[in-house]
Amino acid sequence: MDRFPRDTTGSASRSGFSGRLHVQMVVNGRDVERDLDPRESLLDLLRERLALTGTKKGCDHGQCGACTVHIDGRRVLSCLTLAAKANGAHVTTIEGVAAADGSPHPLQQAFVDYDALQCGYCTPGQIMAGLACIAEGHATDEAQIREYLSGNLCRCGAYAGIVAAVRATAAAQEGGC
Amino acid sequence: MLTTRPFTYAAPTTIADAVALIDTGGPGTKFLAGGTTLYDLMKLGVETPAAVVDLGRIPELAIVDTTGDQLVIGAGARMCDVAEDPVLLHDYPALAESLSLAASQQLRTMATVGGNLLQRTRCAYFRAGAPFACNKRDPGSGCAAREGIDRVHAVLGVSDSCIATYAGDWAVALLAFDALVDVVGPGGERTLPVADLHREPGDTPQIEHTLAPNELIVRIRVPPTDTGRASTYLKIRDRESYAFALASAAVGLAVDGDVVRNARIALGGVATRPWRARAAEESLIDAPVTADTARRAGRIAFADARPGRHNGYKIELGARTVANALLIAAQRSVR
Ligand SMILES: Cc1cc2nc3c(=O)[nH]c(=O)nc-3n(C[C@H](O)[C@H](O)[C@H](O)COP(=O)(O)OP(=O)(O)OC[C@H]3O[C@@H](n4cnc5c(N)ncnc54)[C@H](O)[C@@H]3O)c2cc1C
Ligand code: SF4
Ligand code: FES
Ligand code: FES
Repeated sequence: MDRFPRDTTGSASRSGFSGRLHVQMVVNGRDVERDLDPRESLLDLLRERLALTGTKKGCDHGQCGACTVHIDGRRVLSCLTLAAKANGAHVTTIEGVAAADGSPHPLQQAFVDYDALQCGYCTPGQIMAGLACIAEGHATDEAQIREYLSGNLCRCGAYAGIVAAVRATAAAQEGGC
Repeated sequence: MLTTRPFTYAAPTTIADAVALIDTGGPGTKFLAGGTTLYDLMKLGVETPAAVVDLGRIPELAIVDTTGDQLVIGAGARMCDVAEDPVLLHDYPALAESLSLAASQQLRTMATVGGNLLQRTRCAYFRAGAPFACNKRDPGSGCAAREGIDRVHAVLGVSDSCIATYAGDWAVALLAFDALVDVVGPGGERTLPVADLHREPGDTPQIEHTLAPNELIVRIRVPPTDTGRASTYLKIRDRESYAFALASAAVGLAVDGDVVRNARIALGGVATRPWRARAAEESLIDAPVTADTARRAGRIAFADARPGRHNGYKIELGARTVANALLIAAQRSVR
């Protein structure tokens, strides 16, 4: 079926169709190289192949936000991102946000302090979305935080704590450093 | 992943390469931009292209220039970036709002303004696959929605074969402003109005737009208009955010003294395609925008509505959405 020769160097960004791709990316500061089926989502690559199970699969269809990660500093849903799209990119997951000495990121600590979780399943996605929300400048008031976190559903209804945690962290960043 | 049919993948870096590749991938080869519609439907087994041409590595497709007389917005630009373009925010609030009220910030970061135009319906029977009959997914099989739960389905532009709502917001706002799309195919470039891009279902609901499978949307252009400033996109949803429109209205006004000189009204969430309400526009010309004229325009916009079993509420909801949008836009004309 391939009219183009198979891409023997395996680069996913070359012209010509391939049924097997070779990708390189930096995940949480670590170089990663893998062969993959074009069907694979970034979420499955992270969870099933790189054993980074902090990123959660809720719906697998872009509807819940549990799978939120950052690609080159911007938030995306890893379930609807072809793994091939992350070729050459920097990916950050919840496993990559703590400080080098293992102490939690201020937003992680704020989730604890403000009771921003119950079962915790949505939490990695909430934190990755919250970090992006702050970085984008969309965490200036409560209404805006609600709007820009609306892509992350919490079945336990911990929303009040989540908004408070993001708000406090954004305010501390503003006032601090 | 298991439900996704195997496909081959290419990621060209120029528009010319993308167009050259699209005819060589095998049956149903598709362009993939953000993938938020296409990959989603591939995982559901509803879309089964033999190959995809990823447009995500083509810098020339993402060029945005809003500094000239007309807005020029590359098809590959991300929704989140275009939503915050200062010219759109200030001079075309309806365009900016149609993007920022769509989906979620994660999805808007992934999705492109070109892919958004060609997103497919959210009809649950279409997405669910077998055993549900769906003429759009499986032509000739019937329409499960007409005898089923049609609460979110369309009341305008429906046919006996399909009542699926066109779910997008951006195309509705673009339609109000007579936007154009430049497309390129193996035969060269052509331009068509957004008004000619989408089709009503008729007897062939599987054919949703007028582009050939090998035609690539390069950019969207919005010509100068006197209705941009006093404009709004009002979107009514089941929840306050992160939901498709049950009814929406893109409205733009040019008001001279007290009376309307030019009015643009387009509807979303209620029709099988982005829907222009020309008669409602005309009803406002040379009239002031008051609660009464606004409500009358709203009713006119839905004069031809054809409700199903559970979506009759959209006629009143839609009319009021138009009326409220007109009042908001009129206020913006006096700022
Ligand atoms: C949970 C959820 C909620 C959503 N809510 C909303 C909402 O409220 N409002 C709204 O408007 N949308 C909403 N969407 C839809 C979303 O905005 C679209 O899926 C997205 O804009 C599509 O863009 P994309 O770049 O991801 O397109 P893709 O999925 O990559 O492509 C979509 C289609 O367009 C074709 N295509 C893409 N680019 C081009 C091009 N340049 N030339 C020719 N063909 C092309 C593809 O072949 C495909 O058929 C939602 C989606 C999800 C998953
Ligand atoms: S409304 Fe259209 S998309 Fe939905 S089931 Fe009927 S034919 Fe299919
Ligand atoms: S798992 Fe990705 S949005 Fe739900
Ligand atoms: S804490 Fe349980 S889903 Fe959010």
